[in-house]
Amino acid sequence: MTDFLQLFFSGLATGSIYALAALGFTLLWQASGTINFAQGEFVMLPAFMMLIMMGQGLSLPMSFAVGLVLSVFVQGWAFKRGLVDPLFKFGMMPIVVATIGLSIAMKNAVRVFYSAEPKPFPNVFPDTLFHFGELTLSATDLGTFTMAIVLVLATQTFLSRSVTGRAMQAVAQNSESASVLGIDVHRMIFYTFAINALLACAAALLVTPTYLAKFDMGASLGNKAFFAAIIGGFNNSRGALLGGLLVGVSENLAAAYISPAYKDAVALLVFMVVILFKPQGLLGQKAERKV
Amino acid sequence: MKRSHLLLSTLALIALLVIPGQLKSHGIYLFTYWLIYVIACMGLNLTVGYAGQKSLGHAAFLGLGAYCMALMLKAGLSFWLGLPAAALLCFALGWLLGFPALRVQTIYLAFATLGFNTAIWLFMRNEEWLTGGTFGINNIARPSLMGLSLQNNLKYYYLVLFMAALLSLALWGLLRSPWGRAFTALRDNPIRAESLGIDIQGYTLLAFAIGAAYAGVAGALMASLVQFIDPAPFTVEASIMMYLMVVVGGPGYFLGPILGAAVGVILPEWLRFAQAWYLLIFGAAVVMLMIWLPEGLLSLPSVLAKKRHSKEASRLRQEAAKLIQPGEPA
Repeated sequence: MTDFLQLFFSGLATGSIYALAALGFTLLWQASGTINFAQGEFVMLPAFMMLIMMGQGLSLPMSFAVGLVLSVFVQGWAFKRGLVDPLFKFGMMPIVVATIGLSIAMKNAVRVFYSAEPKPFPNVFPDTLFHFGELTLSATDLGTFTMAIVLVLATQTFLSRSVTGRAMQAVAQNSESASVLGIDVHRMIFYTFAINALLACAAALLVTPTYLAKFDMGASLGNKAFFAAIIGGFNNSRGALLGGLLVGVSENLAAAYISPAYKDAVALLVFMVVILFKPQGLLGQKAERKV
Repeated sequence: MKRSHLLLSTLALIALLVIPGQLKSHGIYLFTYWLIYVIACMGLNLTVGYAGQKSLGHAAFLGLGAYCMALMLKAGLSFWLGLPAAALLCFALGWLLGFPALRVQTIYLAFATLGFNTAIWLFMRNEEWLTGGTFGINNIARPSLMGLSLQNNLKYYYLVLFMAALLSLALWGLLRSPWGRAFTALRDNPIRAESLGIDIQGYTLLAFAIGAAYAGVAGALMASLVQFIDPAPFTVEASIMMYLMVVVGGPGYFLGPILGAAVGVILPEWLRFAQAWYLLIFGAAVVMLMIWLPEGLLSLPSVLAKKRHSKEASRLRQEAAKLIQPGEPA
């Protein structure tokens, strides 16, 4: 039983990171119909931005702060203006293909201009271990989980409580009626991109100490985030949290009790079961088919 | 087929017959490799370009074909038995992969196929008793035909060229047939296609199965070409690359895969020393292409023609407007 709980809690920590990446993913989808295949690379790039700044002598918190600003500029504003806006009129698939191209370009840009070798990244949390009865939890796992959950809940509270957040939701639901009501649709969509960039930068801070900073570190993270988002329900931002935690925990349990070699297939398996019985995801709403 | 098309294809075929004879062995190898990807991408073009099913798991079928051939050769069976066996195995599995497509579409389907690719890849990597794991299978033999050995690179190239020509003729025939029309109807408007009495479930499964069978043949040919296989070329990234090859060339254009595979296989192999640079430029080029030519490179002539037409039309409109301007002396 202790083993089980141990695995369960460390799975929650991993899952909360998936949830963070998955939340940004669903937000982009709701606001602008953008499926971002470069989501994993959006976590990778801030990690390297922070590494470069720490190489220049900045402290970790300072580099994180600058990283947030840069991330919003590059992965929020430039991404929206340069790629999504011109492609919006062509529908979903061209944006998907373009973000695939973007992810290849980002990975290899880091490989060309920085390094192809994995780099260590300082941990924000101390190395201490906490004991709860027979259960041992590391400060990293606890801190990661707490910080990720706080970010996800804060984003959701912002979306559901603040005026701006509600305007953003109105745009996601129906951009035409939102603009009739006097909401600046373009600005709201930009805010969504900015939130995605901020969440990605935070995920980079939490995940890079364990994953190491490497140009292809985003690939598996991006994949898990997609699966988590779809499992939870693509058109529901609470789904991302549920999906992320579900994937993280079941992966950890399967690796221990079934086979570590097939760990990466777990997200797929859960995904298959979910789309078989509830294609719209666990918390999602059904979409109508149109001629 | 128009006369100019016929002339062009004949010229291309002559070039493909003559040029590799003049090349060194690595050049011949590259040409063969390219043709193998052309075959695989033709299949993917049927699934993605003509039938409109978003499949991101095509490299899995390439791998299944390759392992099927390698294992059969190791078991002492003939190459000529392995080829249809690889095609049949992939046809059957492609059929099965089509079932999620009956329930979900577009991006959901893309992820289902992507997950399928991950599962097959994990199987290839983990089940060492069968596949040799990351060490792969080596010393795969090249075939001989009626006592004539195809061990030589050039001779093997001609075999692959023959298969590519045969399979593209078959695809051409299929696309001209009512079946082919049904695939495009499925892509353009599934609900309307269904209301016209097209069995859309059957055609969806068939689009996956035939596309997969092409990749199976390509994989089988690849195993004998490289003479060594491991799971590395059959990852999800490889599938995504193949999808890009089809999209870059022009999905739903018959010649799209030929162009796409050249950009996706010949160039990166040739520029291996600068791979990261090449991929950086390739990725950026894909973004540009989507912005300017979302239908792929081969849509360029029709896009230009459309521009010319609209320019011509607006010129005519202006002239007409001048003619009927009120108050002007006639």
